[in-house]
Amino acid sequence: MSTLLSGAKMLLECLAREGVDCMFGYPGGVTLPFYDCLYDHHIRHVLVRHEENAAFAAEGYARTTGKVGVCCATSGPGATNLTTGLMDAMMDSIPIVAITGQVSTKMIGSDAFQEADTFGITRSCTKHNYLVKRLEDLPQIVHEAFYVAASGRPGPVLVDIPKDVFQAQGHYQPVSTIHLPGYKVFTEGHTGQIRRAVQLIQKSERPLVYSGGGIVAAGAAQELRDFVELTGAPTVNTLMGLGALPSSHPCFISMPGMHGSYAANMAMSHADLLIALGVRFDDRVTGRLAAFAPHAKVIHVDIDPAEIGKIRTPEVPIVGDVKQVLGRINELLPHGNSESDGKLSPARLSWWDQIRAWKKEHPLEPVTSDSEIKPQHLMAEIDRLSNGEAIITADVGQHQMWAAQLVRFNEPRLWLNSGGLGAMGFGLPAALGAQFARPDKLVIAIVGDGGFQMSIPELATIASYGLPIKIVVMNNGYLGMVRQWQELFYNNRLSAVTLDCFPDAEKLAAAYGFKGKTIDKPWQLASALEEAVREPGPYLLNVRVSPLECVYPMVPAGGAISEMVLGPPQPVADAVK
Amino acid sequence: MLQIISVLLENKPGALMRVTGLLSQRGYNIESLTVARTLDPEVSRMTISVEVEDALRQQVIKQMNKLINVLQATDLTDTPSVFRELLLVRIHTSQESRTAVLKEAEIFGGRVVDSSIGGFAIEVTGDPEKLNEFVDIMGSYGEIEVTRSGILAIGLEPKKLRLQPPVPTKAGKSEEVVQ
Ligand SMILES: Cc1ncc(C[n+]2csc(CCOP(=O)(O)OP(=O)(O)O)c2C)c(N)n1
Ligand SMILES: [Mg+2]
Repeated sequence: MSTLLSGAKMLLECLAREGVDCMFGYPGGVTLPFYDCLYDHHIRHVLVRHEENAAFAAEGYARTTGKVGVCCATSGPGATNLTTGLMDAMMDSIPIVAITGQVSTKMIGSDAFQEADTFGITRSCTKHNYLVKRLEDLPQIVHEAFYVAASGRPGPVLVDIPKDVFQAQGHYQPVSTIHLPGYKVFTEGHTGQIRRAVQLIQKSERPLVYSGGGIVAAGAAQELRDFVELTGAPTVNTLMGLGALPSSHPCFISMPGMHGSYAANMAMSHADLLIALGVRFDDRVTGRLAAFAPHAKVIHVDIDPAEIGKIRTPEVPIVGDVKQVLGRINELLPHGNSESDGKLSPARLSWWDQIRAWKKEHPLEPVTSDSEIKPQHLMAEIDRLSNGEAIITADVGQHQMWAAQLVRFNEPRLWLNSGGLGAMGFGLPAALGAQFARPDKLVIAIVGDGGFQMSIPELATIASYGLPIKIVVMNNGYLGMVRQWQELFYNNRLSAVTLDCFPDAEKLAAAYGFKGKTIDKPWQLASALEEAVREPGPYLLNVRVSPLECVYPMVPAGGAISEMVLGPPQPVADAVK
Repeated sequence: MLQIISVLLENKPGALMRVTGLLSQRGYNIESLTVARTLDPEVSRMTISVEVEDALRQQVIKQMNKLINVLQATDLTDTPSVFRELLLVRIHTSQESRTAVLKEAEIFGGRVVDSSIGGFAIEVTGDPEKLNEFVDIMGSYGEIEVTRSGILAIGLEPKKLRLQPPVPTKAGKSEEVVQ
């Protein structure tokens, strides 16, 4: 005997069985039957103020917990509004499931009111997508969607459900198995290659661990730490991998790439072995490929076979789950070799000396001034408050890069940012999702004055749910990152980058019923941040920073990462001297 | 270089779009594409011929293999395989040329599928080069209209197909609705 349920109820039943406790969405005509069932269901629905933010919030939830985030939108404009968030999840391999309403099956293809080809539109911004034509397929599709989103290389999956499928009645039978004959999930890694990797690691004189978002996705932080301690290998974490190895770890150098540290990029450029773990050799990391890690052999571990050899052909390719692969490598490595044991070979010791020298030569140091707040000063103060423990989201731009350089993270899943897509408008809604996932945690959203204005509608969501998010606007009066490129590469012809009207933060926050403040003096910084954190509710802190600062080091687009621009060009007279 | 890809995929709505989308999103032009069911009605076989830079060929195959609906994508370009195409031509020809046209068709192993006072419809199969020649020759006898199936290919070495087993869901077995 099975239970008779509507499609809407069946969907909720499947979501509940998948362990969904919270979803982010925005209702509309075709999802009415679903929202009617949500009315008295235990799953919490968070009403955001724009569908794009529903997707970003679901990502914030997923990035914080590792669980699948869920968002929901109506047909047509609701679904098209989701796409930026879907693409973002695609680029950063974040597991989310998006539910969209569709016009009734009989109306599909008739240019019905609020009809859009969601299935077609989202083909390339999802890992997989479904159009549910018959109610009897719904439970299976929903469970497939969760499985595909979370397994292998995670990603977004969309399920498009026509209104009549929501309304139809059918017998509910739990779907206890699914069968996707063509969906291969690689886990173990090739034993022979793992042995070869171990040999290369032992032979290497200048090894470097290059680890990224894959470590976070795989939950392999402990295995990474064990590996680094067994080998004493210096480690760089990419923008997506910050926190994978604690920033405070003695083997951690910093972030490599376009705005990476001098030491990290020099280490990449001089290593004789790159141990690439859950990374994809992104162009923002490698710079000019021909000059990238020119002396290094490469061991590349990734769960996605298409990433191996896509950019750089590795000497040792290992397709597998980096958690399992690292675990096996760790077993095979001789124990008792770590730096703390003083057992590093002379070559390895001098490699470390070299790296320390690079670090000393050009450290990532916060710049401060007596008269104005330097952006780096702001990040250093946030770092001091967080002490490696707060959840920090960033938007996209200069503030994101300074935060990545200067804020420490002692665990994975604390640093949330839009890495691959670089989607402005990410920071605030992602913080919202993160705070729902971790009500106990301090969540700080660091956003630019540009990106903040893309997310202002969500102040209402934050206020209405009383989320104690600390929004810190790094306000430089510009679309700073674009201004920087115009300054450096377009003769400082500042075209369409001035943000000369910004709302009064105190009044804006007050309009939503919470506290806000604007500061512009360095001596106000520490106390204002502390006040924001002490405030039990949300807080909007608008920090006016020196407007014309540029992010350094910088690898100009197409340049070699060893050829960083380390600071503003010196006046000619100085250079002659 | 023209690449010949053979794809086994689930016979499901949208599966074809995923494969062609992969190519079109990279700006590749599909020269020809054929698709039909295999012995198993739930599985289709696709043959695609597409211009892809050599350096990216492997990446394209890997990306296809990643598609959930794709069971196996194989590059047949450089492996022992047979390529065939079917061509239908309608030729408008004068009375005097009829015998000559029939003779040519015979040389190419063609078959007349329709004959009228005005001319013929002829069917030929063969490798694409040979069909090009046939078209040129027919064109010299009169006005022609041609339709071609695109390349069909089959690898000559058996390729093992590894399918994934079913996996459990989190739904459990209980029929009691939680709500
Ligand atoms: C949606 C979107 N549009 C445009 C861009 C291009 N872009 C990258 S950084 C940037 C400037 C961001 O300005 P702001 O939010 O003030 O941050 P800042 O760089 O000043 O810290 C822009 C426009 C983008 N990344 N995302
Ligand atoms: Mg700005």
